[in-house]
Amino acid sequence: MIKLENINKTYFGAQPLHVLKGINLNVEEGELVSIMGASGSGKSTLLNIIGILDNYDDGDYYLAGKLVKNLSENQAAEFRNKLIGFIFQSFNLIPFKTALENVALPLFYQGVNRKKRNMMAMEYLERFGLKNWADHYPNELSGGQKQRVSIARALVTSPKLILADEPTGALDSKTSAEVMQILREVNATGITMVVVTHERGIANLTRKIVHLKDGLIESIEENDPDKMDFTKEIK
Amino acid sequence: MFDIDNINEIWQTIARNKTRSLLTAFGVFWGIFILVILLACGNGFNNGLQSQIEGFATNSSFMIPNNTTVAYKGYQKDRVWHLDMSDMEAIKTKIKGIDDLSPISSQWTFNGENNVFYGIKGGNFSMKGVLPNYNEIDRCKVLYGRFINETDIAEARKVCVLGKKVYEDVIGADKNPLGLMIKANGIYYQVVGVVEAYNGNVSIMGTINETVVLPLTTMQIAYHTGNKFDFFMFTTARGYNTKEVQVEVKTLLRERHDIAPDDEGAFMCFDLEDVFTMFDYLFLGIKILIWIVGIGTLLSGVVGVSNIMLVTIKERTREIGVRRALGAKPSVIIRQVMAESLLLTILAGIVGLVIGVAIMAVVSGFVGNTPSKDVMFLDPQIGLGAAVAATIIIVLSGLLAGVLPAIRAIQIKAIDAIREE
Repeated sequence: MIKLENINKTYFGAQPLHVLKGINLNVEEGELVSIMGASGSGKSTLLNIIGILDNYDDGDYYLAGKLVKNLSENQAAEFRNKLIGFIFQSFNLIPFKTALENVALPLFYQGVNRKKRNMMAMEYLERFGLKNWADHYPNELSGGQKQRVSIARALVTSPKLILADEPTGALDSKTSAEVMQILREVNATGITMVVVTHERGIANLTRKIVHLKDGLIESIEENDPDKMDFTKEIK
Repeated sequence: MFDIDNINEIWQTIARNKTRSLLTAFGVFWGIFILVILLACGNGFNNGLQSQIEGFATNSSFMIPNNTTVAYKGYQKDRVWHLDMSDMEAIKTKIKGIDDLSPISSQWTFNGENNVFYGIKGGNFSMKGVLPNYNEIDRCKVLYGRFINETDIAEARKVCVLGKKVYEDVIGADKNPLGLMIKANGIYYQVVGVVEAYNGNVSIMGTINETVVLPLTTMQIAYHTGNKFDFFMFTTARGYNTKEVQVEVKTLLRERHDIAPDDEGAFMCFDLEDVFTMFDYLFLGIKILIWIVGIGTLLSGVVGVSNIMLVTIKERTREIGVRRALGAKPSVIIRQVMAESLLLTILAGIVGLVIGVAIMAVVSGFVGNTPSKDVMFLDPQIGLGAAVAATIIIVLSGLLAGVLPAIRAIQIKAIDAIREE
């Protein structure tokens, strides 16, 4: 699903910052992978590159078998829209749109008509127990509800890959557990998932933990989440 | 571009900050409003002034003798000279390019006492001696009888044509004036006609409405002026240049009256073409000024829209970034920003246009659109052309206002939204 070959990334500022120094990584379809690392290790940058939000300087990145390199803005937008669903730490819901409209937004950019897209969005909200909250604005929702809305938004286009950047970073431990449970369920339907986190408890719920340090992959740890009692181990 | 979803999207963002949108839109509204009002007022003055000079031959010139200002051929300067009928003959035979040549004598009463009487009713009016062709230059409607004719001139008949006001004041509007004898400056004349000027505002030594018109020859006999007269008017024939003809006439008169070739002060010469051209330039100037002021006002409105939208875009960095991450293409973002600016300006502009036109329609209702003597302001409305132009300007300014914000918006990368502050 994801194939990274010797990815290099440097931020050119006042002082050039070599963030990624040759990343090689394979993520198979249906895998649940977490990326861990201290802040500044390059984990967010890596996620941005995987999510085609940022470009890289060197190496090759294949997503679903296609080389993602030097894409135009339009191509990148299309890739993101069709293949990738994003879940952010701070939810990034659009404040002046209702939960339903937020979930339906990616479909709007696909050109799906209003009726169909609202129907689909409602389906996903229902799946996450938010049917009664469909007409509420984000500021009327709790953190967990917001994150569930944003998960619904990420899934509504039936992407092949979900990228989650600290999905529980803004949530308390109980809600975190709920959200992780949802993500695991989503993964169980066969959607590849990459989670960036700095919490060991979250990482322990994934099958593969990639440890990142100073722009390089330090180690890849195989893990069996079913052996973990995540309700206790989390946090 | 404007399907229901897009309009919804745009409306949401505009309606999100109603006060700000309203204030922003007000700039454009005001610009268009002022433009419409100014244009309409400009048209009003233009119409008003045009109506003042309507009905008067625009190619007519006046030549009035003045005291000489240069000593010449043994004559001292400040010499008084007179025009006479032989000058007219000479001009007619020697100078081409003159259609009508009309010598005029006039008598004024300066002391304000009544000088024209019918029975015991009287009034104070000026008198004018003219040829029949006077009517070709200062056009008048004949209300009763006829104008002065060739026989009147040839026989120096003691007849007169009254201006409308003279008739009303001295004889009375309810009475048939034809054949009545009126006394003017002590002499009786038979009334053969009553005339009304098509235009009461252009006056040659007084408007004809307030004049007792005599045959020129009768006037010359009554006032013992021989074959002299006071001044003349002429119209330039089609295809001739008024200024050149004027120079020819002056040159001929200089020869005939021993006036120095460089003595310009000896003639008072002017033509309505000058006046009309001046008006044309005046109105062109006013029009240009109006457009500059109007467009300027509008432009500040546009800058306002642009400015506010830049701020809005800045505020919406995260939102736009999220949209980009969710798959909005740059063209979608550009379209949205442009559409926001367009919708805002078009709404505001159309409201400004409609209110401006409505107000001027009301004003026009008060002012009226029939020419009258003292109204210099007539039918102040904008034409269809100006309205279409205004609409085009509104759309263009909407696009213009959207350009900078749109450029700013597409510079926002999806990653900007994701980056945690």
